[in-house]
Amino acid sequence: MLDTLLLSRLQFAANISFHILFPMITIALCWFLAYFKIRLHISGDPVWMRAYRFWVKVFALTFALGVVSGITMSFQFGTNWPGFMNTVGNIAGPLLGYEVLTAFFLEATFLGIMLFGMDRISPRLHTLATLIVALGTTTSAFWILALNSWMHTPDGFEMRNGVAFPISWVDIIFNPSLPYRLSHTLLASALTASFLIAGISAYRLLKGDDKRAPKLTLKTALVVAAALTPLQIFVGDMHGLNTLQHQPQKIAAIEGIWETEKGAPLLLFAIPDETTRSNHFAIEVPKLASLILTHDLNGEIKGLNEFENNHPPVAPLFWGFRIMVGMGLIMLVLSWGSTIQWIAKGRLNKFTLKVLVATTFSGWIATLAGWYVTEIGRQPFLVSGLLRTADAVTTVPAHDVAISLTLYLVVYVGLLIAYIHTLFLMARRSVEIEEITAKEQSLFLQPPVPHSGSNTLPSSS
Amino acid sequence: MLLDAHWLQGIFAGLMALAIFVYAVLDGYDLGVGMLMPGNNQGHRDTMIASIGPFWDANETWLVLAIGLLLIAFPEAYNLVLKELYLPAAIMLVGLIMRGVAFDFRAKVSLDHKDTWDRVFRSGSLITALSQGYMLGQYVVGFENSWASLGFSVLSAIGVSAAYCYIGATWLVMKTEGGLQKEAAYWARRAGHIAFVGVIAVCIVNPLINSEVFEKWFKFPEAALLFHIPLLSVALFIINDRLLKRIPLENDFGCWIPFVAVIGIYFVCFQGLAYSFYPYVVPGKLTMSEAASAPESLRFILVGALVVVPIILCYTALSYKVFWGKATALKYY
Repeated sequence: MLDTLLLSRLQFAANISFHILFPMITIALCWFLAYFKIRLHISGDPVWMRAYRFWVKVFALTFALGVVSGITMSFQFGTNWPGFMNTVGNIAGPLLGYEVLTAFFLEATFLGIMLFGMDRISPRLHTLATLIVALGTTTSAFWILALNSWMHTPDGFEMRNGVAFPISWVDIIFNPSLPYRLSHTLLASALTASFLIAGISAYRLLKGDDKRAPKLTLKTALVVAAALTPLQIFVGDMHGLNTLQHQPQKIAAIEGIWETEKGAPLLLFAIPDETTRSNHFAIEVPKLASLILTHDLNGEIKGLNEFENNHPPVAPLFWGFRIMVGMGLIMLVLSWGSTIQWIAKGRLNKFTLKVLVATTFSGWIATLAGWYVTEIGRQPFLVSGLLRTADAVTTVPAHDVAISLTLYLVVYVGLLIAYIHTLFLMARRSVEIEEITAKEQSLFLQPPVPHSGSNTLPSSS
Repeated sequence: MLLDAHWLQGIFAGLMALAIFVYAVLDGYDLGVGMLMPGNNQGHRDTMIASIGPFWDANETWLVLAIGLLLIAFPEAYNLVLKELYLPAAIMLVGLIMRGVAFDFRAKVSLDHKDTWDRVFRSGSLITALSQGYMLGQYVVGFENSWASLGFSVLSAIGVSAAYCYIGATWLVMKTEGGLQKEAAYWARRAGHIAFVGVIAVCIVNPLINSEVFEKWFKFPEAALLFHIPLLSVALFIINDRLLKRIPLENDFGCWIPFVAVIGIYFVCFQGLAYSFYPYVVPGKLTMSEAASAPESLRFILVGALVVVPIILCYTALSYKVFWGKATALKYY
């Protein structure tokens, strides 16, 4: 029988998994939009406006989904996890409060101006509004990751009668895992947005769109992805080292290491079994895990048996990690392969375009896999060492939670289908839209087009 | 200590009341506009959506701020309220999700789907308003589980929805012109009548079911200072009704007056509610000092709030200035 604890965990997982999909796109997509606008100012070439105009619609839709699913999150703590606020509310409350105050209002207000205000304010102010929205989304990521990192590596507090009280806000905010988690997540957002832009742009090209805008956005996205994927692998490695230092049980589960050993092997494949506390069908590379984690062939890695009853479930971490790394490697090959092909041949062939369409949402898969690794990896604790998940759950009856969970799941599945469907619908429809309107010509093209006396548009390449 | 716990609780209760009030006004008008969307007039629907397009997102953020302040300042009350209101809160959230996304989907899909998303927008708005009203009713009766309090909560659900329609319709009177404006004035009168009955009902029922509230309202001489509350709200209702009947006036004179008058009614009613329950955060269950969180946490967030809230109000004003005047077609660029 499903109890309130399990149902509440499932519900939280469903809510946050659905929510995170959209900020992962919008955080970075808004910087792309700002970049398009700045290029427009510099070059005066209206093709940047066209690129902006298509992607701002995607942004608006994605942002709306992020906002509404985010509101749900702010209620979750109280509805299902009262122990969380009772124990660490003095820490979590202000961090969430600062997110609302410094980020949510900023992005929501300037979003209205950015989306609908172009005819009402000057172009430069409009670009400024776009930049402010981008700053807002990134600030929001900072605060929520500060809280999330604190839950992994709590610092700057003291416990009095079972309740956490703040001592140093600097230590709380800049807790040991924040720098790594923040950079890893922001880069993940950049890659998610890049592959989304590349995938949708490639889809437009495949549908016979021969305009400049989709080619330009495709190229921009691939260059960004090619530059950032190696950086992400590097940052991910540092994040792993940081985790080894603060949450060794998480690393042990990721690597499937049961007994503490020197010169631990890297498992490429295995089926971890918690009942026998061993791995089946293991394929391993000797000493590689020690080399990666301690930068020493014979470095010691703590095994799961040192944390009995206090370590996370092994299989989800083991597999989640491999899915994330696998997606990262696919992204690496794909971004570099396509960039090289473009440079060498001047264009991408059909096969490459199709692969890019197939990996439109690769960032989502990698993000969710990585997110599950880090969050499940904190179990059985809600706040590392302070509060167990089971102790924080609500006393609401299980059937109420079952009802709300069902409600959310139905809505989420429906919306996800509608979202993906609408993205591709917008892409198909944009194929028929003319590249540049007469108004844009007069507004942006420098020097002004010689007036031929007719209303026909110059053909676009 | 410069700011002791008692002061901090007062300040945060005030900030929270401000956030709830601003939320009720701002999201109130856009929820109202959503509920009023006519099924048979696509043109009117487009204009109505256009009138709230640039604002709805920021409006909803006030709900996040209000719930955030409750969570920050009174964590125990936050836990208690959300536990008691578990299912209505979940239903409200689904309503909010539906309308938020419908707003964006409708602009991006083909015409035959647009009607569907408009229906989603309307029902999402209705679900949100009804569940908020229901939750308010439950809150007022202290989450009591009886037929009488259920009836009161249903009444409150209808009353709050009508109040949102009222402010939404007067928003449309201000932001639109021509046929839609006339129709909005008619809607505003109808919704105003229902809201008026609702307010009267709450005024009668609330002191009857809660003896503490009764004592507060009928204890002299303090009660003498409260006479402006019923007087002012009744006066505003009547003046507004007379004015709406004559809309539009020559040159659209005073098209903003009904909207401001409804804000006035909201303010007066809100004052009445706040007075009834002070110093309780949860009526009859938790007082402010019982539910408050650590002073060092409140002080930390207060510094930020004092700096940031004025800035928020400034750029919110800026946004309303940018979109000043009658609503024009929404264009994404």
